[in-house]
Amino acid sequence: MDAASAQNMNGGLHANFIKRFPSGPEIQINSLQTRVAAVVTVIFGPSGAGKTTVLRCLAGLERPQEGIITFNGRVWSDVSKGLFVPSRERKIGFVPQQFALFPHLSIERNIAYGLNGMNFEERRSRVDEMMKWLGLGGLEKRLPHELSGGQQQRVALGRAVAPKPELLLLDEPLGALDSPTRLRLRADLRQLLKDTSTPALLVTHDRTDALALGDDLVVLNAGKIAQQGQVTDVFREPANVAVAEIVAMETVQPGRVIESGELITVAIGKQILRALNRGLETEFKEVFVCIRAEDVILVKGDPVRGSARNCLTGIVRTVMLEGQMVSIDLDCGFPLKALLTKQACEELALRTGDHLQALVKAPHVHLIPRMPG
Amino acid sequence: MSGEEWQFVRFTIGMAILSTLAMLPIGVGIAWWLARAGWKGKPLVETLVTLPLVLPPVVTGLVLLKLFGRRGLAGNWLHEKFGLDVIFTWRAVLLALAVMSLPLFVRAARTAFEEVNPLFEEMSRTLGAGEWRVFFTVTLPLARRGVMAGLLLALARALGEFGATIMVAGNIPGQTTTLSIAIYQYVQLGQDEHAWVLAGMSAALAFAAVLGSEWMLRQRKT
Repeated sequence: MDAASAQNMNGGLHANFIKRFPSGPEIQINSLQTRVAAVVTVIFGPSGAGKTTVLRCLAGLERPQEGIITFNGRVWSDVSKGLFVPSRERKIGFVPQQFALFPHLSIERNIAYGLNGMNFEERRSRVDEMMKWLGLGGLEKRLPHELSGGQQQRVALGRAVAPKPELLLLDEPLGALDSPTRLRLRADLRQLLKDTSTPALLVTHDRTDALALGDDLVVLNAGKIAQQGQVTDVFREPANVAVAEIVAMETVQPGRVIESGELITVAIGKQILRALNRGLETEFKEVFVCIRAEDVILVKGDPVRGSARNCLTGIVRTVMLEGQMVSIDLDCGFPLKALLTKQACEELALRTGDHLQALVKAPHVHLIPRMPG
Repeated sequence: MSGEEWQFVRFTIGMAILSTLAMLPIGVGIAWWLARAGWKGKPLVETLVTLPLVLPPVVTGLVLLKLFGRRGLAGNWLHEKFGLDVIFTWRAVLLALAVMSLPLFVRAARTAFEEVNPLFEEMSRTLGAGEWRVFFTVTLPLARRGVMAGLLLALARALGEFGATIMVAGNIPGQTTTLSIAIYQYVQLGQDEHAWVLAGMSAALAFAAVLGSEWMLRQRKT
């Protein structure tokens, strides 16, 4: 065991476990770790990757069949020794996807539910503190069903945070909200999570949520951890094709390395692209070329010349609205996807069949070695 | 209505309420267990609990008579330990009514518990609650309408019980005679006008209990 993981045994969460269901996939978590410095660790992956199961195992709501989970040096679950700490003793705050506020209890009694060890005055003042913090003043006596989705989310967060847990677990906290509310609350949630200064583990399948909320990212695919690290690192440098697809590197094209130096020259069919060399092993000639749709800049008019820029001439194939963004499929000799804001798209007056220039900076072209066979 | 008739009505209502209350904790326990446990022997327990609902009441009465008689397993123990006699006393009425109404209550309450989303119980646990607190602050309040409806059904069943009661409690006016037994006796004696009065009372009570039960179930959507 190296020094870094030894340190992690004492601080933060450290999990190695297997969870099987009679039917369905096996969840196999290897060395899931949270950095002590990270406020929010996002577990990110497509639906069905096992994200919720991982969270439920950490919460003690599911028992793994094998492995060990420790938190801040305390063993939560050790199957080989028959150790299992039940949920109620883990000092966690859990915010489930549908919030699951107690429907028969008022908002203040929902928030006070976990404050059983306190006397009346302490409880009163903690609830008031929570209501103020969440901006829910005046709603104390309401029942959950009388609140909007966004308010319910805040109450769920307040109920989880009130007993001062040592770890917060949030399952798709924005998933049950409609899209305008979602947009508004995304920034709020990040701030609230920072306010608590409680480490949080947050599950999402939404890339924007992951980028907006996370410090660290754990990419989960088919029940296994595909990659973990700081959010920007994982997004900019996915470890393999599966991760690239999950973190939505919209363009993933097979290419051939022609020349390797500080910049790598790579060919996709007849098109030539230049990518920054991040230490690609020279024996790899076959690569996947990955470009995030956001990193593609579209320009109408004459080709632009630039030192480290790739300038590709392309034809617009489709223009598709995706929420606030517009997704554009280009044909540059290979299919290239671009993501623009609605406004930018209108200013360019993009139509299917238009000819234009697609600019991609060399550092934004990611090369992933292609597995032989 | 004569004083004697009123006595039958009061006694029957009292016994029905008492037996329902006595059956309640056991019924809640069984219903909750059936709703939540994943034990292999569950179907057997389910069948045993439902049996009094489908067996001829007289048969249930016979089993109780043999079990709680002086020489029966339970009856002997109660007599030796506490000097309590059950058979042909008001206690036998209570016993018969409770056993006969239990299956109806368990069926209704079990459904109500099954309809409680386990996620609420899990939230309670993550917030530090032990299993008793989970049950009394989350499960039971969320299932309350179904449980109440079941309780009223059980009460209605107890009010009309005949077969098991007459086997274990007999027909001792002023001590064990319930409405149904009194009606039977009046008819036997050819006093039809008395039988009709009690039959009317019986119908009114049953009507009220079932109506209450239906009303409770309607209220479930909140």
